[in-house]
Amino acid sequence: MSSILIIGAKSDIAKEVARIYAKNGYNLYLAARECGSLEDLKNDIEIRSGVEVELKEFDITSYDTHEGFYSSLKKRPLGVIVVSGYMAEQKAAQKEWSETLQMINVNYTGAISILNIVANDFEKERRGFIVGVSSVAGDRGRKANYIYGSAKAGFSAYLSGLRNRLHESGVQVLTVKPGFVNTKMTEGLDLPQKLTASPSEVAEDIFNAQQSGRNVLYTKSVWMVIMLIIKHIPEFIFKKMSI
Amino acid sequence: MGLLSWGMYPKIKNKIFSLRSKEALGTYIEKADEFIPYGNGRSYGDCALNENILYTKTYNNFLAFDEISGTLTCQAGVLLSEILDSFVKRGWFLKVTPGTKLITVGGAIASDVHGKNHHTEGCFSECVEEFDIMLPNGEIKTCKKGDELFRATCGGMGLTGVILAAKISLKKINSKNINQTTIKTKSLQETFEAFENYKEMPYSVAWIDCLAKDEEIGKCLLMVGDFANDSDLDYKSKKKLSIPFNFPSFALNNLSVKAFNKLYYAKAKDGVSKQKVDIDTFFYPLDAIGDWNRIYGSGGFTQYQFILPKEQSFEGLKKILRKISASGKGSFLAVLKLYGKENENYLSFPLEGYSLALDFKIEAGLFELLNTLDEVVLRCGGRIYLTKDVRVSCETFEKGYPLIEKFRAFRRENNMDKKLNSLQSKRIKI
Repeated sequence: MSSILIIGAKSDIAKEVARIYAKNGYNLYLAARECGSLEDLKNDIEIRSGVEVELKEFDITSYDTHEGFYSSLKKRPLGVIVVSGYMAEQKAAQKEWSETLQMINVNYTGAISILNIVANDFEKERRGFIVGVSSVAGDRGRKANYIYGSAKAGFSAYLSGLRNRLHESGVQVLTVKPGFVNTKMTEGLDLPQKLTASPSEVAEDIFNAQQSGRNVLYTKSVWMVIMLIIKHIPEFIFKKMSI
Repeated sequence: MGLLSWGMYPKIKNKIFSLRSKEALGTYIEKADEFIPYGNGRSYGDCALNENILYTKTYNNFLAFDEISGTLTCQAGVLLSEILDSFVKRGWFLKVTPGTKLITVGGAIASDVHGKNHHTEGCFSECVEEFDIMLPNGEIKTCKKGDELFRATCGGMGLTGVILAAKISLKKINSKNINQTTIKTKSLQETFEAFENYKEMPYSVAWIDCLAKDEEIGKCLLMVGDFANDSDLDYKSKKKLSIPFNFPSFALNNLSVKAFNKLYYAKAKDGVSKQKVDIDTFFYPLDAIGDWNRIYGSGGFTQYQFILPKEQSFEGLKKILRKISASGKGSFLAVLKLYGKENENYLSFPLEGYSLALDFKIEAGLFELLNTLDEVVLRCGGRIYLTKDVRVSCETFEKGYPLIEKFRAFRRENNMDKKLNSLQSKRIKI
């Protein structure tokens, strides 16, 4: 059976993405920093679905290790899903350069470093799929989180170009733009329930969109409409708004 | 905005803490002044609501499975549906399951849920071999059948501590299908006779037409069945339809309920008929419609479920069905079930007899009607199911549950009454 590589496997979304691919018979590589803490999830998935799960140590900001990491996989994965993300407080990031840099490195530079390697390999093989979890925050910069948003915007643009490049080789590239999601990252925030998805809903949407060959996925789908409106507000009005 | 229960009434604001690790829970319990664990929000009333809520669905790893004995150990936030997704195709099913698979294992223990096979297999606690629970002092205890903590926790509405993990035994099956027999009856007398005639069948449940009048009161469709033996284990849970918004309140008027009941009853053949149906159709018909609670409108609804001892069941049910029929507050669903022997747990609902469950839209005059039904239930020596309840009085509750003082004393001795409370536990002073 084919394998799927999940980068950033510790997040709540990644956990549910892992479970749904396993449920559908895929073996998994779960890659994360200090991956030992994923033993419980590995055990959980093996009991649930009887697939093979291998934990892989991976640091998305150690770019020079990425080549070696990818070639250490025993079997070439059929798909690679990048779920890694880092969101610092906007205000903290405005003051602390290290926080800004970390957001850029995790959400943009690191993701691109590993995906360049994967893309070259998949292009040569003329098969496979790449899923990048970006964010609606990348659709337009807002004062509430534009540093995070701009890194995600870069990532979305990268995925769009990659899709264009790999189309000819038959490699699918799916950009995922979640809105609000109930996760560790958003615990304690008062999110509007109708616009907020659970990690398992997001994972199910990702799986279905990937399997049906989609290009861009907003989850929940209502975010496509919301962002369409937000993107079209004229700048002279937008700059005065607080949203 | 806060978490709601299935009945969407009452609506209160709450602070949510998600359970992710024992360590974090230890700190939370130490600091919290009062909270209640919350699973998947399928209890109807206020038993899982409070200002502080411990959200447990985030604690949902499978921990171990023994292929030979069929015992599964999992964390408390695992949904029954997740167990089915993994194990039906390997030939295992839940020994006891309620009419929805969308509840957590922790919730199943706290409500000591039962299903269509109560008369043969008892409550959910029967299949629980042991569980781990964190007490209000932060101590984690593993508890087994026979322990007082076990008797208090199974059916204890989450008021004894936070259930962390449980070891449950599954049942071997050789099919995902059920051979079902449907019996259409014309009166309450015929309904009771049918239950008695088919009591050897492991699974049974009846749908009652509550709007029937006079001689027709209590007419029903009784569905009984058992697993087929056809080696067809190809189970995939169905894609569900969903109700995307709250229906306007006029959508569920007397007329539409009548129409629904008529359609349901009319579609069945007269007398006895046989069907082969799958697990989801037989056990979880309503799960196929996601968020079906929304058809009652944003004002919410409640389910009134009571049980009467066997000897009083016929007369008691007749009286109650007459009152409901006369009130015109028809129920979308009325489910009648035969139960087996009572267990030893302090607050488990079932006793040997018949229970009826009916949904009511929350509206003026409803609670008064339910109060008059309570009187009949008490006179018959029956009780009200806490998992469905949102309005019962302390007095009615106490009369139905003779072991309540033991439960209260146990809570006090272990300082559970300070840390663990729900709106319901405060209302009826548990």
